[in-house]
Amino acid sequence: MDGMHDLGGKQGFGRVRYSLRAQTFHEPWEKRVNALYSLAVKLGIFNMDEYRHAIERMEPRHYLSASYYERSLTSLATLCVEKGILTQEELERRAQGAFPLALPSAPGRTNVATRETLKVGDKVTVKSHHVHGHVRMPGYIRGKSGVVVGVSPPYPFPDAHGHGIEAEHEPTYDVRFDARDLWSDAADPAFVHVGVFESYLERAK
Amino acid sequence: MPDQTHQHQATASVEARTDAIEAAFHERGMEPANFIREFKHLAEEEWVPENGARVVAKAWTDPAFRERLFANGREAVTELGLSMPPHHRHLVVLENTPNVHNVICCTLCSCTAFSIIGLPPDWYKDLEYRARVVRQSRTVLKEMGLDLPADMEIRVWDTTADTRYMVLPVRPEGTEGWSEEKLAGLVTKDAMIGVSRL
Repeated sequence: MDGMHDLGGKQGFGRVRYSLRAQTFHEPWEKRVNALYSLAVKLGIFNMDEYRHAIERMEPRHYLSASYYERSLTSLATLCVEKGILTQEELERRAQGAFPLALPSAPGRTNVATRETLKVGDKVTVKSHHVHGHVRMPGYIRGKSGVVVGVSPPYPFPDAHGHGIEAEHEPTYDVRFDARDLWSDAADPAFVHVGVFESYLERAK
Repeated sequence: MPDQTHQHQATASVEARTDAIEAAFHERGMEPANFIREFKHLAEEEWVPENGARVVAKAWTDPAFRERLFANGREAVTELGLSMPPHHRHLVVLENTPNVHNVICCTLCSCTAFSIIGLPPDWYKDLEYRARVVRQSRTVLKEMGLDLPADMEIRVWDTTADTRYMVLPVRPEGTEGWSEEKLAGLVTKDAMIGVSRL
């Protein structure tokens, strides 16, 4: 989905709030949230693609205003409710207040039928797909062309895995793009590499 | 009389919401307290950048290991007793040179090789870094204190799949003859992300 989470190349953001030896966690509850969603994954309640997708489905204003770990918390609660482990009423009764969840999911999809095995050096174009459900193709590479520089082992296909749909595993290809092909002259000169699933790619014409 | 059923309930605090889930898990026999204890141990003691620092130091001193690391990072790190979670099926090690600089990010969320380079710092997961580093790499790095020469090629790596990346920094000059342990002491998480050079 073209969600609020798909931030690569978005303009208007200020300086990175960088500090030396920056921490991962700042509050004790953050570590507990991280542990609780990891436990849910370990117990097979949901997988990491479902977890990521439930964050992507957060109402955009909520997504932008929530801290990183509030997004984790919202995804965890949303999936536990959707999977029938808990109810929102129980959570709100226990929390003694509103417990906002992510919005419902659109249908996912299985592998794209027309996909081919690629190799290092191949010139490729990212298909102009607009996917309603979970997808790991950042919008900034849609329709853009680059060169394969690496091949991964097969992974679960996120567009299906994020929705509990059966699908074949697929390799991803590390594709090298020229930042100026992505954003013309409104980018710093650089090569940008993205791990792109086979279903998202075709040979450049 | 106001309609009580349509009054907005204030949103519970994040702590109260976390407590609610933990209590509900506990009631269902999922033993969250034990897992939280295990997780804290992993996060604080196991998933630390000192792991990646050992990998880097060995790559600097052992050319055969360096080749194995480039060929299959995931397998090579096991030689140092390190491992990656099952879903991280591939580790790509990105070699910095005097003319090439690599930097990693995750524009869609926060993916990292956390069992090797440590859990991602707060700024790595912030909207600013995710939005900007792919498009304004040189500018962002400069703002973060890394002013690269104009002729240095920049390679940004967006972690969109379950392949994980780490940067192999250039070995600093004047460290000839140093032990692996002493060399490892030079290597930081930020250098393995690629927002600093050693």
